[in-house]
Amino acid sequence: MALTKDQQLLSKIATNDRHGENSPYFDGWKAYDNNPYHPINNREGVIQMGLAENQLCFDLIQKWIRRNPKASICTAEGVHEFKNIAIFQDYHGFKEFRQAVANFMGKARGGRVTFDPNRIVMSGGATGANETVMFCLANPGDAFLVPSPCYPAFDRDCGWRTGVQLIPVNCDSSNNFLITKAALEAAYERAQQDNINVKGLIMANPSNPLGTVLDRDTLRSLVSFVNEKKIHLVSDEIYAASVFSTPSFISVSEIIEEMECDRDLIHIVYSLSKDMGLPGFRVGIVYSYNDAVVNCGRKMSSFGLVSSQTQHLLASMLSDDEFVDNFLKENSERLAKRHSLFTKGLEKVGITCLKSNAGLFVWMDLRRLLKEQTLESEMTLWRVIISEVKLNVSPGSSFHCSEPGWFRVCFANMDDDTVEVALERIRIFVEKQQVKSKRKFQSNLKLSFTSRRYDESVMSPHMMSPRSPLVRA
Amino acid sequence: MTRPRPRTNESESETRNPTGGGATAMRLIVPLQGVVQGRGGLILGTLIPCALFYFFQLYLKRHRSPKPGSNPTSPSQSSSNLSDLQRSSSRSNLSSRGSIGPVQVSSRASSIAKPNDSPYYIGLDRVSEDPYDRLDNPNGVIQLGLSENRLCFDLIEKWLSENTKDSVMGRDGVDLSISGIAPYQPSDGLMEFKVAMAGFMSQVMGRAVSFDPSQMVLTAGATPALEILCFCLADPGNAFLVPTPYYPGFDRDMRWRTGVELIPVHCRSTDNFIISITALDQAFNQTRKRGIKVRGILISNPSNPVGNLLPRETLYNLLDFAREKNIHIVSDEIFAGSMYGSEEFVSMAEILDMEDIDKNRIHIVYGLSKDLALPGFRVGVIYSFNESVLVAAKKLTRFSSISAPTQRLLISMVSDTRFIQEYIETNKKRIREMHDLFVEGLKQLGIKCAQSCAGLYCWADMSGLISSYSEKGELELWDKLLNIAKINVTPGSACHCIEPGWFRCCFTTLSQEDVVIVIERIRKVAETCKISS
Repeated sequence: MALTKDQQLLSKIATNDRHGENSPYFDGWKAYDNNPYHPINNREGVIQMGLAENQLCFDLIQKWIRRNPKASICTAEGVHEFKNIAIFQDYHGFKEFRQAVANFMGKARGGRVTFDPNRIVMSGGATGANETVMFCLANPGDAFLVPSPCYPAFDRDCGWRTGVQLIPVNCDSSNNFLITKAALEAAYERAQQDNINVKGLIMANPSNPLGTVLDRDTLRSLVSFVNEKKIHLVSDEIYAASVFSTPSFISVSEIIEEMECDRDLIHIVYSLSKDMGLPGFRVGIVYSYNDAVVNCGRKMSSFGLVSSQTQHLLASMLSDDEFVDNFLKENSERLAKRHSLFTKGLEKVGITCLKSNAGLFVWMDLRRLLKEQTLESEMTLWRVIISEVKLNVSPGSSFHCSEPGWFRVCFANMDDDTVEVALERIRIFVEKQQVKSKRKFQSNLKLSFTSRRYDESVMSPHMMSPRSPLVRA
Repeated sequence: MTRPRPRTNESESETRNPTGGGATAMRLIVPLQGVVQGRGGLILGTLIPCALFYFFQLYLKRHRSPKPGSNPTSPSQSSSNLSDLQRSSSRSNLSSRGSIGPVQVSSRASSIAKPNDSPYYIGLDRVSEDPYDRLDNPNGVIQLGLSENRLCFDLIEKWLSENTKDSVMGRDGVDLSISGIAPYQPSDGLMEFKVAMAGFMSQVMGRAVSFDPSQMVLTAGATPALEILCFCLADPGNAFLVPTPYYPGFDRDMRWRTGVELIPVHCRSTDNFIISITALDQAFNQTRKRGIKVRGILISNPSNPVGNLLPRETLYNLLDFAREKNIHIVSDEIFAGSMYGSEEFVSMAEILDMEDIDKNRIHIVYGLSKDLALPGFRVGVIYSFNESVLVAAKKLTRFSSISAPTQRLLISMVSDTRFIQEYIETNKKRIREMHDLFVEGLKQLGIKCAQSCAGLYCWADMSGLISSYSEKGELELWDKLLNIAKINVTPGSACHCIEPGWFRCCFTTLSQEDVVIVIERIRKVAETCKISS
């Protein structure tokens, strides 16, 4: 890529592509930005289903804030604290804030494990947390294994400024995308042969984009694996409190209590952006069992400290046990309801998703709608979904999924009406696809039902012929 | 098993070295033939070995492997110890592969795991262990090492109580829903806040220049603002020239994760520590000779720790220099609104307003931590005239965005021009009063301060009190001040000052009574120093 004269004055980091924003993943966002859906003003716009944001529990937080004016320093009740808060820039963070976050993290894991407030290190959102952990654990050129499909921005967060490379460990639908020991070993061996220094394994649990939680056996085998190879394990548990049905979430912090493990290898990344729906607050947490990492990470937090005003507000909110218990319960229930509404709606038109019980999205299986099981087909289908169905969903390839045809669809950043609109659009789209293929089928039989209106009335969902290749049993 | 060596600047300079082995040999043989045959004579016979010797030294110098972060052995806190904050080459970790020792963290983590050796950080730690309080701990350590401004909180509190909202979601008495602060916002800041900050910056700089919000990127404090600019403008192994003395935090903020070097350009008290272009040129050339690429100059204006302003003339000269060498200028103007003297502050932006060419190399850093005394809120600004830098910096703000509720809170405060005007004027007055009181107090002890008109500190010349005119002497005095007088001041060596004996004393965290106590404590130590010298 030829650099302009302007760009020649800049660094490699500023001019390379590792920020990832040129990937097709973001084309959908651009389509949304150009034509955003609005329930009243723009019902034909693109519905944003590519952003994993939780807007289901805003009312609970809003209510709490209104009821606790003291926690806001701009209120008459809270302003006397202003001085102490405004001047506070210690990178340790307020003790009350750390205690409240540790408390919340413990509750999100059902109280089965407690967290030490002195190991809580702040960062600029989970984005900053992942980067900080990498800066602390790896040198430029080192690598981390990452089970894929994985969060697209891991590459940017873990590697852009740190120089760390991510090596995917492919998982596929043959075993519901479970991470197998064989796959891990294979990826590790391949890296060794290529002279790449593997420093650790990073994973998201609950998984983004799968929406599943890791079972106890898989977690134990991951912990054994990293102990055996003497590499680090970074567990991004940002969706820990966004689990809405069984099986329950098991954190790596629980596993290390039950088995032999070198704790210096274990690090957790957390944030309030998903579980509490507060991405605007920019609260990222690095929780490490390794003292050197805590020490180093804490000094690095100067590059992404949480605003003291935000710390103060959250310290108050998250130490309100009654609020937190209720919030966690309500959040789970609302997510379960929304998930059910959405998946059932999809099932009605014959679309299935990977069975999931966590996260703010579903992993939708559209493999049968692909012309061929290739990346190009997936991209073609995706562009159709953006431009014709007008939904911004995220194609599996942007998550480094080796199997084409999977799409991540977020459902928690909209109200029920919008969900219905989205489902309706999907219904119409699937019907159209069936008409097209039925037409093809029929034209192959040399029948000539050319009247479109006739086709449409025949092909209503409830009257689909059971022999149609498109109907799932 | 070998690892692919990461490309470093050193290996690049290797290939640029014109003196390969073959060329040297020819230079030896041909003239020597002349000497042997009587032509060229004795001169060449002497010159050749000298030249060879010189090139041999150059070769050795270029191939010296980087010093791994080492534990300082001497108690003297020489500024070279700050190199253990430097990013050590990843090659030093080669031995760690396959070892059965404790698991390795990164070299950055290992280097910082050692306790901080810089007096700047040691002093801050001592204060947090034993902080002075007039009532609860009158024998504690008084903090004069952190440039914080506590003089005008009453004004802000008053404004807040006159503009209360029902909650953090509110705006002007009207309660918005949480959707104003909870969801994802643009990572480089809300446009409304940028507009407010542009107006604020213009106001604190005396309205001599206006700022365009679309040229702004907001960050969580000036610390990441500087680091982000560094990541955008330089590659690992490149360097920035920095006039000394400079803010000790630069060493960490600009070097640690970026791998960039800071090359000090020494300024002298005879120039009132204003940078000279000659010194800059020398430093540039010396750095280049070492095979290191200079990417820019980092200036702080108003200066920290001296507290003076760069005159217009110097700014023009710096601009010319930067153009000539094709490098950047990063101007840290974070104290622009903390002026208390009668001089006029001239921002880099003002200079560029008049010149119409080549603004692409100028970048300004600002923040609310000093001028509005809100360091906890983490508000920093990158202001650049370079579109590509803005594009890259914007992407990097994903790691350091300002919290949305904080932005909302500050929009109305910072846009209240009447309040800000009152604040600026009162702040100026109070800093000046404290400054005059403190400087006068030091004068009584025979300690003079550098000419300053801005900042939250003074730059005091205590060289008369040190036993030996050296860094060692300075640090002995610093130690006495910290442990006997129990005041934390920042010694010049932590700021890379070439002249020993200078100390930065921040006085805006003190009350008038505290100043009296501080002067008294210094007096006691000063007397013991005079007795012993």
